[in-house]
Amino acid sequence: MAKFRSSSSKELQPLNTASLPDIVFMLLFFFMISVSFRQTERVVTVRLPEATEVAKLDRKDLASYINIGTPIVAFQSQYGTDARIQLNDAFSNIDDIRDFIAASRESMSESDRPFMTVALKVDENVRMGIVTDVKQELRRCSALRIMYSTRRKSEHYDF
Amino acid sequence: MAKPAGEINAGSMADIAFLLLIFFLVTTTMDVETGIQRRLPPMPDENQQTEVEQINKRNIMVVLINQSDRLFAGGQEMHITMLKDKVKEFIINPANLPDLPEKRERDIEGLGSIMVSRAVVSLQNDRGTSYDAYIQVQNELVKAFNEVRDEFGMQHFGKKYSSLDDDQQRIVREAVPMNLSEREPREVGTRRRRR
Repeated sequence: MAKFRSSSSKELQPLNTASLPDIVFMLLFFFMISVSFRQTERVVTVRLPEATEVAKLDRKDLASYINIGTPIVAFQSQYGTDARIQLNDAFSNIDDIRDFIAASRESMSESDRPFMTVALKVDENVRMGIVTDVKQELRRCSALRIMYSTRRKSEHYDF
Repeated sequence: MAKPAGEINAGSMADIAFLLLIFFLVTTTMDVETGIQRRLPPMPDENQQTEVEQINKRNIMVVLINQSDRLFAGGQEMHITMLKDKVKEFIINPANLPDLPEKRERDIEGLGSIMVSRAVVSLQNDRGTSYDAYIQVQNELVKAFNEVRDEFGMQHFGKKYSSLDDDQQRIVREAVPMNLSEREPREVGTRRRRR
């Protein structure tokens, strides 16, 4: 009985924080590894439309991105405000899509090539004409798996 | 005589690590790519004589979005909120009306023979249609098909499509095929080509 009492009567020990840096470093390394900095710089502004029936892209590494939108303010004096196509990080034309698709096919392993998905990141105010042209060009390049990137919207309507 | 090197005070290590941690927490973007996935039809071969598959008129529903984002479906103008129910009714054809799609008996592995609707939804748009309107319509069409599949799943397996296993999902996909075609682009309501 006395044994127990002696231990409980002791002063409350300060919490040992010696392992705190280790824990924090572990978290730090996790975030450092998982972080993905934006590889390409946007030269067009894209505000994605909203949709409810969205599916998740499960293999991000198999996706190549085509951005379509109005040039950012810094480029508007040079390129105007009409919708333009951005491939990698430069303004492009419809004809450049063929090379772009070929290059992204080339960078994938042989077995992954049939599963390549082209994600179309198109601004919601863009007219369909340019999108249709891009889609036709993709069909000509046999890049048939596409995804219209959208934001997820909750179920109810606001109109 | 040099003093023995004292131990480095590591007390601030945690603070530094926290600082870095917070930096990465703030800058990291774990955005998942979401969107509507589609398969484009392959480009028809120019040399090859393509025989145009004749689709019975009652089996096809034309959904048209014109350049001022107005929606016409099945020959009448409608609001986008009505589109889903219209398409669902078109796919299911609950009363077997003669002007809605016919059904054909089909043998599906794992389920037996079942009446499968031959409905085709054809989406057409103009060069001047806004992308937002196009996506909204695509979304409604996909939603209509998804709801029909959910109902089919509930009826036959007691579960929604998404919670079925792979084999059951295949059965539902065969029983409710998503026939969504896009017309070869052309000018609709030509006024002036917008570039």
